[in-house]
Amino acid sequence: MRRKTTLSIAAAIITAGALALTGCSAGSGGSTGGDSGSTETTATIALTGAPVNLDFTTTAGSAIPQALMTNVYEGLVEVNQDGEIVPLLAKEWKLSDDRKTYTFTLQDGATFSNGDAFTANDVKFSFERVKTDWTTTLKAKMDVVESVEVVSDTEVAVHLSRPSNAWLFDIATPVGAIFTENGVADLANAPVGTGPYTVESWKQNESIELATRDDYWGDKPGVEGVTLKYFADATATTNALRTGDVDAIVNLQAPELVSTFETDDAFTVTSGTSSGEISLSFNNRTEPFNDVRVRQAVLYALDRQAIIDTAWNGYGSLDATFVTPKEPYYVDLNDQYAYDPEKAKALLKEAGKENLKVTYKVPTRPYAQAVSEIVVSQLKDVGIDVTIESSEFPAVWLDDVFTNHNFEMTTVLAVEARDVLTVFNNPDYYIGYDNSKIAPLVTAADEADEAGYISGMQDVQRQIVDDAASGVLFLFPNIVITKAGLDGVPENAIVESLDLTGLSWK
Amino acid sequence: MAIRILINLARFAATFLVATVVVFLFMRLIPGDPAQVALGTNASPELVAQLQHEFGTDRPLFVQYFDWVGGLLTGDFGTSYITRQDISPLVFDRLQVSLILVVTAMIVALAIAIPLGTIAAVKHRNASGILIGAGSQLGVAIPGFLAGILLVLVFAVGLGWLPAGGWTPPGENFGDFVRRLILPVLALASVQGAILTRYVRSAVLEIMSEDYLRTARSKGLSPTGALLKHGMRNAAIPVITVTGVQLAALIIGAVVIERVFVIPGLGSMLLDAVGNRDLLTVQSVVMVLVAITLILNLLIDVLYTIVDPRMRKGA
Repeated sequence: MRRKTTLSIAAAIITAGALALTGCSAGSGGSTGGDSGSTETTATIALTGAPVNLDFTTTAGSAIPQALMTNVYEGLVEVNQDGEIVPLLAKEWKLSDDRKTYTFTLQDGATFSNGDAFTANDVKFSFERVKTDWTTTLKAKMDVVESVEVVSDTEVAVHLSRPSNAWLFDIATPVGAIFTENGVADLANAPVGTGPYTVESWKQNESIELATRDDYWGDKPGVEGVTLKYFADATATTNALRTGDVDAIVNLQAPELVSTFETDDAFTVTSGTSSGEISLSFNNRTEPFNDVRVRQAVLYALDRQAIIDTAWNGYGSLDATFVTPKEPYYVDLNDQYAYDPEKAKALLKEAGKENLKVTYKVPTRPYAQAVSEIVVSQLKDVGIDVTIESSEFPAVWLDDVFTNHNFEMTTVLAVEARDVLTVFNNPDYYIGYDNSKIAPLVTAADEADEAGYISGMQDVQRQIVDDAASGVLFLFPNIVITKAGLDGVPENAIVESLDLTGLSWK
Repeated sequence: MAIRILINLARFAATFLVATVVVFLFMRLIPGDPAQVALGTNASPELVAQLQHEFGTDRPLFVQYFDWVGGLLTGDFGTSYITRQDISPLVFDRLQVSLILVVTAMIVALAIAIPLGTIAAVKHRNASGILIGAGSQLGVAIPGFLAGILLVLVFAVGLGWLPAGGWTPPGENFGDFVRRLILPVLALASVQGAILTRYVRSAVLEIMSEDYLRTARSKGLSPTGALLKHGMRNAAIPVITVTGVQLAALIIGAVVIERVFVIPGLGSMLLDAVGNRDLLTVQSVVMVLVAITLILNLLIDVLYTIVDPRMRKGA
């Protein structure tokens, strides 16, 4: 026992010493030493939802492309902050008269981080590899490619089996990422791309350290490196920003934490647009939502602006169809189901569903918990009795709702860019929308010229909204808080990639 | 004595084996599938089946079980489906972090509890004793994570004295390591300290009413002197037991604290792995925790026999 007492005393002394040490060395809420926070040559960004590995060719989810696309991997083209397709590894491109052949002129002098030179052969290798080695459904986006022809080192012709307007956008997404044959041995842990950053280190579920390449072919970022830190909890991210452990928070998922930063000159707050929609999905296959009148009744019963104001502190915007304002064929259909509880009741009466009981499977995610209560109370006002069932996300929700279609109504944040066809043009997708009316429109639009593409896709949206195929509660905001001195954090999250190539300190 | 240890070892092995079966089956009974999680909303039944085959989760259960247990016994936990990395090095890496956190918290808790508990017992009729009793009651009632959140609000966000979370390995920057450790350790130790204070207090009170202490005092020793000379060793026995049990509880408590303070320990690894249905990782982490708990029990038993001579004759 005496030994134990001595030990305790020693421990107490050490603790006291440590505390004293801290008292001396701690500043007042400013930046900390060590490897964290701003050193003015690097930046640290807080994100939610860590990638489970670094290989988006076999693992889904937006976290991997968010970190790696445009930063580590590049495509021939990219999507800018206004949603336009602009050159990247391709300097320019021509489309043949039959709209079936894209000829790309490539940047010369670009290299991969392992030293390999980037040539037309890498384009051929990468595009063909999607068909052979990729294991997510995204691989279908390359199905339209018939062959890839290497014309010269800096010129490549891609022959499509039919004209496709969507394909050029698709290659701006991870599907179009360019790999080198010598760099695909360990994609999960050691990515090799042509982008301005390389992956210096990856600590699973913790952080990814990106280092700026000296031999990058284009304009180098204004920082020597970026650390992406992943947090499971939004409060922890704002605490880390306050105490100087991170320099910016991207896509904050807790709008109630924003207000204290808005009044503080040390920080800049922006609320941009994103590609994520908060859905109110119906199971179109089964009672009661196989009746269009019931689906329409629910849409009329929702006061979506009130949902944004209550559940998400007013951040976010109205959207009707999973097509977002930054997409070229966007059409504003928000007024079609303007809030009208009386009309909702009339439709329910007409459908013979006046005492409707519905089960609502709500994923265990902050956004879903936030919207669910108010959705329930608004539906209650028109006589729909909703029971909430919590569904562990992702594992249980994917199994129960997404795969087995065992649900009546659910909510999910669909983050994929340009996902309107993924959701609605596939009768086997979880919402089970009957796409027989839109399928021919989609095919025709994809093969048409630019103007035909836009008008065709607008008709598709009108049909989806007429059918009340799904509710969209609101378009998710991209809330970004940065330290006032950090520039170049993108305001909008239109594609999955978080473009860090323009970061710099004032 | 030797027989006692043998019996203990046999019990250890049996418990460990039963635990492997339980955790293996449990992870397969809960809904959710690693292949499905990996593919997310880009899944199709064909691709899920393809990935299940790649993972080997389409093999018969007993094949999967023996495959895993075989590796476990050689210290090879296999490769995670989800992260495509070897599990063992990562588990031991994370274990180090959690152990530093838990052991430091326990030392601090004992450093609080032993003197305070003893004072509370000796002075149990005075204001100071009553005050400590009431204070420890309060400490027991506050959950660890709440203590953590309050500490962050006051010392990190409010005063800016300490980081709000995160982790720096001690080898990298020792000063930073200590500064990041203080708040999570205090969060864990305040609750544990309060619990242990109550145990120490009741253990000492019980000893004080024993005959031999009265004998010692009749020989002219002060109450405190008598206690220190004759009583503490006996009072230590229940305290050791509780410390062992509470260590296991601390490991569980650390899971939540690691979340609050964004500490990359075993706890956050376990939560992430369960969320992703990273079966092999979950199984391995749980077995490491089971092994630690069992080893703690063994150690407590051995300590007993050392502290309490009466135990040596038994068994």
